[in-house]
Amino acid sequence: MGTGVLFDSTLCIGCQECEAGCAAANDLPWNDEMVNQAKASDLKFTYVKTVDDDKFMRHLCMHCEDPSCVSVCPVGALTKTADGPVVYDADKCMGCRYCMVACPFGVPKYEWTSLKPRIRKCTGCPERIAKGEPTACSEACPTGATITGEREAMLAEANRRIQENPDGYYPHVFGSTEVGGTTTLFLSSVPFETFGLRASYPDDPLPMLTHRALSKIPSVVTVGFVLLGGIWWITNRRDVVAAAEADKRKEEE
Amino acid sequence: MSLQMPRITFWRVVFVAILIAGAAATFIRFTQGLGPSTNLSDEFPWGIWIGFDILCGVMLAAGGFTLMATTHIFNAERFHPIARPALLTAFLGYLLVVGALLFDLGKPWNVWHPMVMWNPNSVMFEVGWCVMLYTTVLSLEFAPIVFERFRLERPLRIIRYISLPLVILGVLLSTLHQSSLGSLYLIMPGKLHALWYTPLLPVLFFVSAIAVGLGMTMLESALSARHMGHRFNVSLMSSLARILLVVLAVYAVLRFQDLSARGAWSYAFAGGYEATFFWVEMALCLAIPAALLIMPRIRTSARGLFWVSISVVFGFMTNRLNVSITGMEASAGVTYIPKWTEVAITASIVAVGIAIFGLAAKHLPIFEHAEAESKDLDTGRVHGPSSAEPVPSTP
Repeated sequence: MGTGVLFDSTLCIGCQECEAGCAAANDLPWNDEMVNQAKASDLKFTYVKTVDDDKFMRHLCMHCEDPSCVSVCPVGALTKTADGPVVYDADKCMGCRYCMVACPFGVPKYEWTSLKPRIRKCTGCPERIAKGEPTACSEACPTGATITGEREAMLAEANRRIQENPDGYYPHVFGSTEVGGTTTLFLSSVPFETFGLRASYPDDPLPMLTHRALSKIPSVVTVGFVLLGGIWWITNRRDVVAAAEADKRKEEE
Repeated sequence: MSLQMPRITFWRVVFVAILIAGAAATFIRFTQGLGPSTNLSDEFPWGIWIGFDILCGVMLAAGGFTLMATTHIFNAERFHPIARPALLTAFLGYLLVVGALLFDLGKPWNVWHPMVMWNPNSVMFEVGWCVMLYTTVLSLEFAPIVFERFRLERPLRIIRYISLPLVILGVLLSTLHQSSLGSLYLIMPGKLHALWYTPLLPVLFFVSAIAVGLGMTMLESALSARHMGHRFNVSLMSSLARILLVVLAVYAVLRFQDLSARGAWSYAFAGGYEATFFWVEMALCLAIPAALLIMPRIRTSARGLFWVSISVVFGFMTNRLNVSITGMEASAGVTYIPKWTEVAITASIVAVGIAIFGLAAKHLPIFEHAEAESKDLDTGRVHGPSSAEPVPSTP
C-alpha cells in the first residue's frame, strides 16, 4: 500500500548522490563533514553504508505498513499517510522519544542540542509523492538503484529481478515480510545481515504485540471493579455481622 | 513560632550538597538541552530518568494501592496504622514522577498534549492517563489527612462518603499503570535482551509492584522507627512479611516458568554482562528475601525484616534498571553510563522526596493517627487496641 522506494543494492555505485539530494530537499547541511558522516542523524536522514568496498546498502525510513513509531506515539505526532510516507508533526510532539526506542530499524533521530528538540527522520517526500513525482533520493540517483513507485509494483519488479537473475540476488526482498511489510524495499546480492541489518524480523507487525496487552484493559477494569467491590461486600458484611453478634452477646450478659 | 538556625548534621550537609548539584544540573538541562545534560544519544534515547525516576519511582509508590486494598477492600483493619505512611509515599512518589518527567521530556511544556491528542494504541498514552488519573485519586485519598489536620469537618464528611469508590478506582488505575510500564517494552522483541523480554512483562511488573509496595511499607516503618522515634510494630510487620513471601513465590513461579517456556535459561548461564546483572537481580529479589523469610526467627525480628525489605526494594529496582538499561545496551551497540547531571537530578528528586516525607510525617496526622488510633470517621466504629503497642493478632 502506498508509494515508496525500491533500492537495488546491486545497481548502487556508492556515489552518495541520494544523500546530497535528500539534504537539499530537506534543507539539511551538505558539506565535507556530512559527506563523511557514515550514519544517520538529525542532520542526515539517509546514508549509504559501504561493506567490503564494493557492496552498498542505503539506510532510510522503511515507512512500515503498520509502523511501531505511529502506534507508540502517545500524542499521534507520527502518522502513516495513505500515500505511503510516515510523517511527523513537531507541534504535537512532547519529546518522550518512545518512537526512537520502539523503531525496529533505528530510524528516528533527535535534536539533542536543541531547546525545542524535534524527531528527525526520512520524510518519504510526501509533497513530491502527492504530485506523482519521485522522492528526492530517487531523482538524484544516477544509476537507477533507487526508484520510486507503488509498493505492489515495486515488489513485483523486485521479484522479477530476482527471478531473472537468481545468481545475482539474495533470494529475498527486504521489507516484503519484515514486521508486516514495509513500503521501502531492498534488494541485495548478499544476505542483509552483511550490512548490519538484524538477521530476522518477525512477520507480524510489532504493534500487534502491544495491542494484545492493551485490548485486555476493558476486561481488567470491569472484572476488577466487580471483584474488588464483591470482596469488599463480603469482608465488610463479615465485620458487620461480627459486630452485631458481639452487641447481642453483650445484651444477653 | 520563632525562627532558629537548623542544627547542622551530616545528613543535612549531604542533602544540601545534593540539592546544589541538582540545581546546577537543572540549569544545564534547561539552558543547553538534553544532549549536554545527559549521556543519552540516538542509539540510547532512554536513560536513568526513565529507568529510575519513572519505572522505579512508580514501583516504589505501589505501597499506596497495596495497603489501601488491604485495609479498605479486604478490610484487614489491623493494617490501618501503616496505610497512611504508604499513602503518603504513593502520593509523594507520583508527584515526584511527574516532576521528573518534565526533565526527561524534550518539550515539557507539551506534557498536557495526551489529554487532547489521543492515540489509544499507544502504551505511553495509557501510562500518561494513568499518571494523571491516579495522581488525582491519590490527592483525594490523601485529602482527609490534611482536612483532619485543619479540622475541616464538612469536606471530610464528603470525601469519606466517596472513599470506597475512590479506593477501588485507585487499585484499578494502579493495576493498569504498574503493568503498563512493563507493556512499554512489549513492542521491542529483538531489542530488549531475552532474559527480560517476555509477553509476560506487564504481569511481572504488576506482581513485583505488589511485592515492592509491601517491602517499601516495611522499610518505611523500620526507618521511621529508627529516625522519628515511632514504635516498630513487629507483629504487624511480620504479618506483612508473610504476605510478601507469598507474593514473591507467585513472582518466582511466573518468572521461572516464563524463562523455561521461552528457553531463556541458557542466557542466564552464558556468563557475561547481562547474566551477571540477571543473577544480582535474582539474588536480591528472590533468593535472599526467601531465604530470610522462611526462617521464623528472622520473620519476627525487626532487624531481619529491615534487611528483607532492603533486599526486595533494591532487587526490584535492579530489575527495572535491567529492563530499561542493562537489557537494552547490546542491541543499541553502545554502553550507557549516566552523566553526573543525570545522577544529580535523580538524587535531588529522591532527596526532596525524603525531606517532604519527613516534614509531612511531622506536621500531618500520618503516624500519630496510628498512635492515637481513635475513632475511625468513615464507619464511626472504634478500632481495637492501640497499635502503637505491638498488637497480638486479633482473633
